[in-house]
Amino acid sequence: MLAATVAALLATLALLLARAVLGPTVFDRLLAANTLGTVSVLLLAAIGFLRGRPDFLDLAIVYGLLNIVGTVAVLKFFSRGDLGDPGEESPR
Amino acid sequence: MSALLDLASALLLAAGALFCLVGGVGLLRMPEFYTRLHAASLCDSTGAMFVLLGLALQAGWTLAAAKLAVIALLLFFTGPAAAHALARAALARGLAPRLACGESAWKR
Repeated sequence: MLAATVAALLATLALLLARAVLGPTVFDRLLAANTLGTVSVLLLAAIGFLRGRPDFLDLAIVYGLLNIVGTVAVLKFFSRGDLGDPGEESPR
Repeated sequence: MSALLDLASALLLAAGALFCLVGGVGLLRMPEFYTRLHAASLCDSTGAMFVLLGLALQAGWTLAAAKLAVIALLLFFTGPAAAHALARAALARGLAPRLACGESAWKR
């Protein structure tokens, strides 16, 4: 069942990647990228169990943390037009 | 008992994989951004929780299960927050939802 789960997660990654490439608006691409991060965390955890190497869970945690930072930064940029740095001049 | 745990784990993993797959198909096939967001949240929350729970049943009471719990907590809080922030950012930038009647929801 683990192998089937890994296969399904890989198929999901392919679908998300297709949306990230196709996505008409930047928000579609961003949504696909964010979900891609979540699914890759799951994939890492599942592969760790499939190969009998629980160290992969640490990688999954790091991927999850990086995913948060990336998403928040990009969203801030697109909703405000800048990254909220007080010393930075707003482009608007 | 062990066979029962294996069965429960396999069922949870299958459910999680199915939810992830459905979310991916929805993300690809839905007509516009907000409906895609809806489909992707399925993958983010339900699919992730089922897969992680299934893996935790295989791990038993070990350090691996604790790490899985940390990952689950992380995804539990960030998934909905990211979806909410995305929807807000899209609305703030003027991306109007498309309705069934073909008119845009907010005419500004």
